[in-house]
Amino acid sequence: MTEMEKYHVILFDSVHHALRSEKILKGMGIPHKLIPVPRHISSDCGVCLRFTIDLRNKIEDALNGKVDIYEIRPL
Amino acid sequence: MEQSIYFDNAATSWPKPEETYIAIDHFNRSIGGSPGRSGHRVSIESGRVIMNARESLAQLFNIDDPFQIVFTKNATEALNLAIFGLLLPGDHVITSSMEHNSVMRPLRVLESQGVELSIVRCSPQGYLDPDDLPALIRENTKAVVLTHASNVTGTIMPIKEVGDIIRGRGLILCVDAAQTAGALPIDVSDMNIDLLAFTGHKSLFGSQGTGGIYIRKGLEERIRSLMVGGTGSRSEFEIQPDFMPDKYESGTLNTSGLAGLGAGGEYILKKGIDHIRDKEILMTQHFLDGLKSISGVHIYGPGDASRQISVVSFNLNGMTPSEISFTLDEHYGIMSRPGLHCAPSAHRTIGTFPGGTVRFSFGYFNTEEQISYALGAVQQISRDQKK
Repeated sequence: MTEMEKYHVILFDSVHHALRSEKILKGMGIPHKLIPVPRHISSDCGVCLRFTIDLRNKIEDALNGKVDIYEIRPL
Repeated sequence: MEQSIYFDNAATSWPKPEETYIAIDHFNRSIGGSPGRSGHRVSIESGRVIMNARESLAQLFNIDDPFQIVFTKNATEALNLAIFGLLLPGDHVITSSMEHNSVMRPLRVLESQGVELSIVRCSPQGYLDPDDLPALIRENTKAVVLTHASNVTGTIMPIKEVGDIIRGRGLILCVDAAQTAGALPIDVSDMNIDLLAFTGHKSLFGSQGTGGIYIRKGLEERIRSLMVGGTGSRSEFEIQPDFMPDKYESGTLNTSGLAGLGAGGEYILKKGIDHIRDKEILMTQHFLDGLKSISGVHIYGPGDASRQISVVSFNLNGMTPSEISFTLDEHYGIMSRPGLHCAPSAHRTIGTFPGGTVRFSFGYFNTEEQISYALGAVQQISRDQKK
């Protein structure tokens, strides 16, 4: 697996949503990183949340009902 | 004259907690940056500042989802958004006779455009009787717009009772909390509030130029944006986003102001709203009791601190409100507000239109000593008047 393949990203409606998710995940101690949305994914100017794929279920559970997710996809 | 006492907290609270000043300075000096407009560190940090403000207010008003709070520049803008965004010609809306012009003027504009308006007459003390409401509800009634407490008499309105009456009838309850956010406990869920307009620069201890509105989840589908533009989201589209809060937050926000508002909200959560309320009740009752013993004084409103916020309106025989207020400032260093307080309908209700009243409004940082001093000043002005 290459370095890139280890990661997925969550895209949000807005930066507000990304920051709220960051705060929730931080509070729960779930590793993640806010990164600018890569050009190959979207032309939008916001940020997305990067995580390793093994944490996908944990992260989705943590954000469920709290923050709307626009899309989860490979980096 | 050595004293300088600020009793105009219902207009703008002053001073602010130290935390408010620090947060505003810290944002301007060390963060800067446009929130939600880029992925670089100060833009992100700027976004966090706004997130914190949203979260502390959500906690204060018991709002589940902080994104249901939209920031505006004040309560007036928030109320304009609610009123103009929601009501259409042919709709019917109910309000009270104690409203501020921030509610009355938008409603009067809409009335001239075909919205039907009913105004519940309140008592001379400013009370609204919830039992007056059911008879006014029509088939096309869409909303009840009501102040949480009068900015003239301080009278606290029975919001929860009104919420209970209109719940189940499909009506929208829009509350003007300009005077009460940060001063009285507010629970949007328990009180059945659908729209809560607030300002940052009064009891929430933020700076001027901040305010906002809570919109109950789903109701955003029925409220038009009054302003559209850049949001930092969905930039590839020339159509305004329809999700919260971006639907209503176009253009760069007042982030430095919101840094202060967030800090103010956290300060209130830390001190406890009940503690703040208790202190304000004591000062207000002290002032009311003292005023009652001064001859020639007429007090308006409940005259009972437990039934009003820390706002007291009064007059003194033989003097106009502006003469009293000027004398208080000039000779005693006491700052009050005379006149109609942007609420002509409220003054008509309590019988003081067009002359108005003198309004004292206390804040958390006022002291009992200041109240005693002010009572001495009013006593002296009353004596001088009789000479």
